[in-house]
Amino acid sequence: MSIGHTLLGLLESGPRHGYDLKRAFDEHFGQDRPLHYGQVYSTMSRLLKNGLVEVEGIEPGDGPDRKRYAITDAGVTDVGRWLGRPEKPEPYLQSTLYTKVVLALLTGRSAEGLLDAQRSEHLRMMRGLTERKRGGDLADQLICDHALFHLEADLRWLELTAARLDQLAKAVGA
Amino acid sequence: MIPAGSLLSGVGLRKSYGQTRALDGADFSIHPGEVVAVMGPSGSGKSTLLHCLAGIVPVDEGRVTYDGRSLSDMSDAERSALRRGEFGFIFQFGQLVPELTCLENAALPLRLTGLRRKEAEAQALHWLERLEVADVRHHRPGQISGGQGQRVAVARALVTSPRVVFADEPTGALDSLNGERVMQLLTEAARETHAAVVLVTHEARVAAYSDREVVVRDGRARDMAGIL
Repeated sequence: MSIGHTLLGLLESGPRHGYDLKRAFDEHFGQDRPLHYGQVYSTMSRLLKNGLVEVEGIEPGDGPDRKRYAITDAGVTDVGRWLGRPEKPEPYLQSTLYTKVVLALLTGRSAEGLLDAQRSEHLRMMRGLTERKRGGDLADQLICDHALFHLEADLRWLELTAARLDQLAKAVGA
Repeated sequence: MIPAGSLLSGVGLRKSYGQTRALDGADFSIHPGEVVAVMGPSGSGKSTLLHCLAGIVPVDEGRVTYDGRSLSDMSDAERSALRRGEFGFIFQFGQLVPELTCLENAALPLRLTGLRRKEAEAQALHWLERLEVADVRHHRPGQISGGQGQRVAVARALVTSPRVVFADEPTGALDSLNGERVMQLLTEAARETHAAVVLVTHEARVAAYSDREVVVRDGRARDMAGIL
């Protein structure tokens, strides 16, 4: 995820302090990985340097001065460009799972056992996400759904591969 | 050997249809209140396992035991009574009687046990409300959506407070959102009533509602608990 663009997007609704930005980020997107303060301030420094935000005001406090950031016109354009650009789909061609299956076949280990263990591990994680969805709000449900659909795709691949192990063993010369 | 504390179990189950061996020494067990997903590729024997465990088809070899009693030692009448009173069934589609309203469909298992219409329909209405389809109670199955129909089917399966629910691809004909809601409602209701659920599915997202999974491959069932 581009933290810079996300923080810029959050600034579009109005100027905020670094602390408010972190709180808004964590509330919407930081379910599993909240931002560190250091990340916020280093990102804001970069955005400031690139002219995408400006300091609207500084409030002195007990600690370091609190800067209030506002997005610039260039920042708004940059967010718009980022939102309009499709994300590059992951090609998933460098699959560790495929490598493990082939190596298991080549070394005479149980590829079926490997696939079974992986299926259980995937389902274990899917159960956790499904349980989390039960008590979660809509945001939590959609985030979990995204993960669940990807895990499900992996599982479909595992099933397909399990059904084709004999063919694969011949193809790789095992 | 039957695992201690299991409500329903099958040991060494074999079943052939002509030359095709559907089950080839499959073992299975489920505890009260447990949701077990039965997974595996098409034609692996998942549905046959469910049918044998539910006493719908007899096994060629092996033993199915429910609550300490062997199904094969029961008479046909006893097995029928078991399926009506202690077991609930949900299939992929085609399970509601088209001539009956949703309320009458949901009340049907209770009516078959001899309960009076008024009382049966009062209980059925409770389950239709739980499944969020009470508003279509006077509609016939042909007048409602697939998702609503499946919820009525779940209500019908639960109306007798069964100890075991057999669900064969219960969301197979539904879109993701409806399938998910059906699974949420089914597993919540089963947990509350402490019913065991035998859930045949090829969908991982559906299996994720289970407590553990059993994989059927070439007619044999493998319990995945403790594989890691």
